Amino acid sequence: MLEQLPALQVVLPLLAAPLIVLVGRGGFGWAAATAVSWACLAVAIGLALRVAEVGVISYALGSWPPPWGIEYRVDALSAFVLVLVSLVAAIAAPYARRSVAAEIERDRHYLFYAMYCLCLAGLLGMVITGDAFNLFVFLEISSLATYVLIALGPQRKALVASFQYLLLGTVGATFYVIGVGLLYLKTGTLNLADMAERLRAVEELRPVLAALAFITVGLGLKLALFPLHAWLPNAYAYSPSMVSAFVAATGTKVSIYALLRYYFTVFDPAPLFETLPTRELFIALSVAAMVIASLVAVFERDVKRLFAYSSVAQVGYITLGLGVDNLDSLTGSIVHLLNHGVTKGAIFLLLGGVALKSGAVSMSIGSLSGLGRRMPLTAFGLVIAGLSLIGIPGTAGFITKWYLIVGAIEFGLWWLVAVIVATSLIAVAYVWRVVEAAYLGEGGEAPAKTGEAPLGMLVPALAMTALCVYFGFDTSFSVGGAREAAELLLRGTR
Amino acid sequence: MKNDIILRVIAKLTIPFMLVFALYVQFHGDFGPGGGFQAGVIAAAALVFYAVIFGLAAGERLVPGWIVEKMLAAGVLLYAGVGVAGMALGGNYLDYFVLAHDPVHGQHRGIFWVEAGVGLTVAGVMLKIFYLFAGRGRVDEEHET
Amino acid sequence: MTEVAAHYSYWITIFLMVAGMYILIARGNLMKKLIGLATLQTSVYLLYIAPGKLIGGTAPIYAEGFTTYSNPLPHVLILTAIVVGVATLALGLAIVVRIREAYGSIEEDEILERDRAAD
Repeated sequence: MLEQLPALQVVLPLLAAPLIVLVGRGGFGWAAATAVSWACLAVAIGLALRVAEVGVISYALGSWPPPWGIEYRVDALSAFVLVLVSLVAAIAAPYARRSVAAEIERDRHYLFYAMYCLCLAGLLGMVITGDAFNLFVFLEISSLATYVLIALGPQRKALVASFQYLLLGTVGATFYVIGVGLLYLKTGTLNLADMAERLRAVEELRPVLAALAFITVGLGLKLALFPLHAWLPNAYAYSPSMVSAFVAATGTKVSIYALLRYYFTVFDPAPLFETLPTRELFIALSVAAMVIASLVAVFERDVKRLFAYSSVAQVGYITLGLGVDNLDSLTGSIVHLLNHGVTKGAIFLLLGGVALKSGAVSMSIGSLSGLGRRMPLTAFGLVIAGLSLIGIPGTAGFITKWYLIVGAIEFGLWWLVAVIVATSLIAVAYVWRVVEAAYLGEGGEAPAKTGEAPLGMLVPALAMTALCVYFGFDTSFSVGGAREAAELLLRGTR
Repeated sequence: MKNDIILRVIAKLTIPFMLVFALYVQFHGDFGPGGGFQAGVIAAAALVFYAVIFGLAAGERLVPGWIVEKMLAAGVLLYAGVGVAGMALGGNYLDYFVLAHDPVHGQHRGIFWVEAGVGLTVAGVMLKIFYLFAGRGRVDEEHET
Repeated sequence: MTEVAAHYSYWITIFLMVAGMYILIARGNLMKKLIGLATLQTSVYLLYIAPGKLIGGTAPIYAEGFTTYSNPLPHVLILTAIVVGVATLALGLAIVVRIREAYGSIEEDEILERDRAAD
């Protein structure tokens, strides 16, 4: 059983989805989705513990030995991201019951849960696979499921947002496939580890560089790297609450994982970062993302769009760590996968509770007015998560900023430190807008129902918020895991 | 279109052959072009042809919507089930080698069932897509969206 | 010159890819955008399959007397990619149908106008 864990990680949600469609009832769908999410968390933790002992787990799908067969490969970085994705799923799935019941028609519930299971299977598969084309397949499985989930949003704008995401996301995936095709033509293999070895021996570098460019742009579209982020604000703002939380916390993170995997494991990092202006490019784009997206968030009226732009900025922090490219900044990048996932997830889960109680389909800052009195726990949670976004000591966000700043200082990039601090101050501006409305607002628009969100939604949301604080104090898993992953990545050819 | 005698006669003559061809393509995937996806599409095309000529209501009487949805899910479960069977019999996921008394027959059996699952799902999906698109915005009394 | 002409499959690939992207970006009608997307994906199929045929290679089924077989792996990969493309197209079309019902139009500028007017 234990050797089958890598397969079970993907097979469990993949079996649950058609089962939910067969049974065809929303209640069973929710129960199956929740059970599977918790089971996936257990499997991910099991894999992480095993990887801590053995280093790398290699699982041959169909018993065909790699590199001929598809290989599932779990190392420190994959295990870290697996735990992140399944943790978010395990918290978001129980939350979904009341949230989905309020936002989506009854006879579509079972389809929603089937799509959610497929999305989870796709995300987990993307992380665990060691085969380039298999990664594309799982990328598309998760993306298609995400397009459907977003389109189920309450307003008609959700359809346009989903269509826009579909176009851009498919272009991204197509570019990724072109890159993989060029690499396959040059190396003759699709197995990532084997490809890495064979690429060292390739002399004609032009197709390899073209492949790198295509893969960067393709995955950049998926992870909403500035300026390829156009789909993100609408997609996060208009989708159902649980979907916003789940996708915001996991979707871009898994694509960042794929980018890290290609940059450090498959391609040779030494020529990449020395001869090509990769560092400068990533730093420039990240700074642009951090500054511009944060500024737009300050002036945004719709609350969910505000936090969606905040996500673009936070992804900028992660790619900044990749651009600076030393152990500390890379640790900051990888730990921010977890920290931002937990923070943004908490924010969107809490906002979902507000949406349920207010009964409105779109939330402006004004509708948060007086939240501190109406829903004190939710408002307090929003404050904590907001502090984590800013990076106040004691929250998870601070840990990330700390490592990014240390990494920047190590290379003498003092202007970058100034930028990180400045953008954190801009984050104060937009978080303050939310907090001000909640606590100092007059409660202008009367909500449909009073009181806190139902327990089924409040408990997961507050649990995620508690994790924001927990990962700010106990960094043994978050930073320990991230540091190991960063060391593994940098060990490559340096 | 069911009032046009030429279309009706041709449809009734060719649909059985289309379905048999779909089965042929399904089972000859390892010897020539073919396999589950292609066979599923051909089978669905035959049924869509029937629905186009004789009307969506007649098509849905032949293959009701709920059967199509169950077909969809059953095919995927069949595929995943073959994988789980591989795990249960001692191999890895989707291990065909352990499915029969010797590896080559195991491969035959595994591919056969996997392709059957794929064909079932693809036929179901194509039919479902047709039903969903054709059934929207129609003014039929017998059929409402 | 003959080398350039010999790589005609790559030229067609590039043409399809760029044409697809242009249609996707330049046309405001949602259906046309989907057609551009489909064209882009088709160019990728060609990119994989054309190099898979080895000169003098026969079909990849074991037969007596042949030593060079064409590579079957690109075909398998592209079958998968085609299915993904079909699923994406079907989903895109479904969303376009719903947009048409919700907005009454499938022109991008009209949809944006109606959203702006509703705000």
